[in-house]
Amino acid sequence: MIQNTSAARSSFAQISKVINPLTSAFKTPAGRIGLPLVLLHVLLAAFGSFLAPYSPTDFSDATYVKPFTSAVDGAIPHILGTDQFGRDVFSRLLSGARSIILISGIGSILGVALGTAIGMTSGYLGGKADEIIMRIADGLMSFPSLLLALLVLSVSDSLVWLDGISSTFATRKESILVIGTMAIVHAPRVARVLRSATLTIKTQEYVDSARLRGESAYYIIFKEILPNALPVLAVEGSVRFSYAILLASSLGFLGLGVEPPSPDWGAMISDSRSILTRAPWVPLAPAAAVASLVVGVNLLTEGIRDAQKLPTELPE
Amino acid sequence: MLRFLLVRFSLIFITLAVVSLAIFGVTEVLPGDVAEAILGKSRTPGALETLREQMGLDRPAWQRYVEWIFGVLQGDLGNSLVQDRPVTEILGSRLQNSLVLAVTAFLISVPSAILVGVWAGVRQGSNADHTVSVISLVAISLPEFVTGFILIVIFSSTLGWLPSSSLVMPGTSPLARPVILIMPIATMTAVLFGYVMRMTRANVIEALNTNYVRTAILKGLPRWQVIWRHAVPNAMLPTIAVISINVGWMLGGLIIVESVFAYPGLGLSLINAVNRRDLPMLQAISLLIAATYAISNLLADLAYAWLNPRIRISS
Repeated sequence: MIQNTSAARSSFAQISKVINPLTSAFKTPAGRIGLPLVLLHVLLAAFGSFLAPYSPTDFSDATYVKPFTSAVDGAIPHILGTDQFGRDVFSRLLSGARSIILISGIGSILGVALGTAIGMTSGYLGGKADEIIMRIADGLMSFPSLLLALLVLSVSDSLVWLDGISSTFATRKESILVIGTMAIVHAPRVARVLRSATLTIKTQEYVDSARLRGESAYYIIFKEILPNALPVLAVEGSVRFSYAILLASSLGFLGLGVEPPSPDWGAMISDSRSILTRAPWVPLAPAAAVASLVVGVNLLTEGIRDAQKLPTELPE
Repeated sequence: MLRFLLVRFSLIFITLAVVSLAIFGVTEVLPGDVAEAILGKSRTPGALETLREQMGLDRPAWQRYVEWIFGVLQGDLGNSLVQDRPVTEILGSRLQNSLVLAVTAFLISVPSAILVGVWAGVRQGSNADHTVSVISLVAISLPEFVTGFILIVIFSSTLGWLPSSSLVMPGTSPLARPVILIMPIATMTAVLFGYVMRMTRANVIEALNTNYVRTAILKGLPRWQVIWRHAVPNAMLPTIAVISINVGWMLGGLIIVESVFAYPGLGLSLINAVNRRDLPMLQAISLLIAATYAISNLLADLAYAWLNPRIRISS
């Protein structure tokens, strides 16, 4: 019984440590705008399908309906209008939010996890191993992420071994490839940052005393260094999320990584090319959506950074 | 300094070797059968057999890699599968077009971003500083295709001032019709400007809080001299690192911007190669982009070393 409550208390402490950078970020001017903006997007992505008044993919006769008007009297108004195929832009926007937030979210979580593991190990080990790992990371970073994603997607058809994985997760091969690319391009960048944080924390007295107590490397990395690297990790996670969104939406815009009828913000913009003059609201809605999401994430990053008094980091 | 140069030059070769292996690995080893990858779902057994023979796929991968690399070193990037012409012949003018775009955007955005960054940094906390910060945050948050589309909606479909696509007649230079370059350059400039300006501003603020700047103020130097002779040179070092990192980012942005405006550069060729599974083309462009990136990183490192007496003198 006693053990239970202490376990509960310690897991509560763990959770609050993770939440802490977010709550303190909320107290900064940038975070006060950024955090609610990101939360709004995440909520819409999670529950938006219940709000969508129309099907995001079905064609209808009500084409080019202007925003805030109904196609016929008494029908639910199309808040953001309809496109050239009579699809409700608002419903498509909500559906697209889910895919972009899921893909970018999973991609950046994997990348941050992988990068953290590599960076902390490298920084903790030091010496030759550290040098070799960081050289490899530098090499990987010299490859623009969009280029890698394009290369991987260009051969997706023949990656038969991925069929099993994609059907297990009930998703498309392309989504898995994009997530995998994100993890690979983000990992070395996260590793760099976490490594330098580890190098700093490693020299602290509490790490020395843990070592003198005879604690294992595992204990020192996970119980001493990791909790103290959490602010840096929070910033990195947020930065990576913004780049992941830019990558995913850019791929959608280029017509890669998404199946044509399924709604994607980037694809919605590129598909509206020919109807720009007639229905400018069709590209402007997803443009505003992706812009507000990335602005929100960047403001959140700045908020966490300000609250934790971390310096401005280099981009990408 | 000489030692530093040698180390950096040898690193660039290692990087390019790793990158070429990665390109080859992703495009030829990962798919298993390249002929199948190229033909996609529309393959017939006959076409598959012909293509395999044509590409020499019966030989092991390492042999093909070595042949490819030797060809590249001799300036032979293979033939385009779609156009059946040497890749180098097609890419020459494309590379030029891309460079026109990238270099102009770079020359506009970097100096102006540094000026504005310094200007905002010395006014930290003022309304002007806040305004500039917000604008630059939005600039770096907008993906290039969004910025480009907003520009098209405003200047092309609403005002009708500029053409919405930047087509260039084959055999002519984009500079013959500079009006088509305005929106692509503006789009590329926005992101780069945002990053460089933010970094400059942050570093100027940091430099202004140092002891040597305080000393300079206290010994009665004029304000402009304190800023431009003491604070800015020190703020420039991290900014150069950002600029070099951003060149890679810019090359990625080029792919998007060229697709938005249908501008015939490397990026558009790359997208076409991806869509048509033109493998030699894909490999050549990837290598070209990676090499450009590596070289610009080298240049940035040299600029960094040249500006930083600790590196310039010590080694």
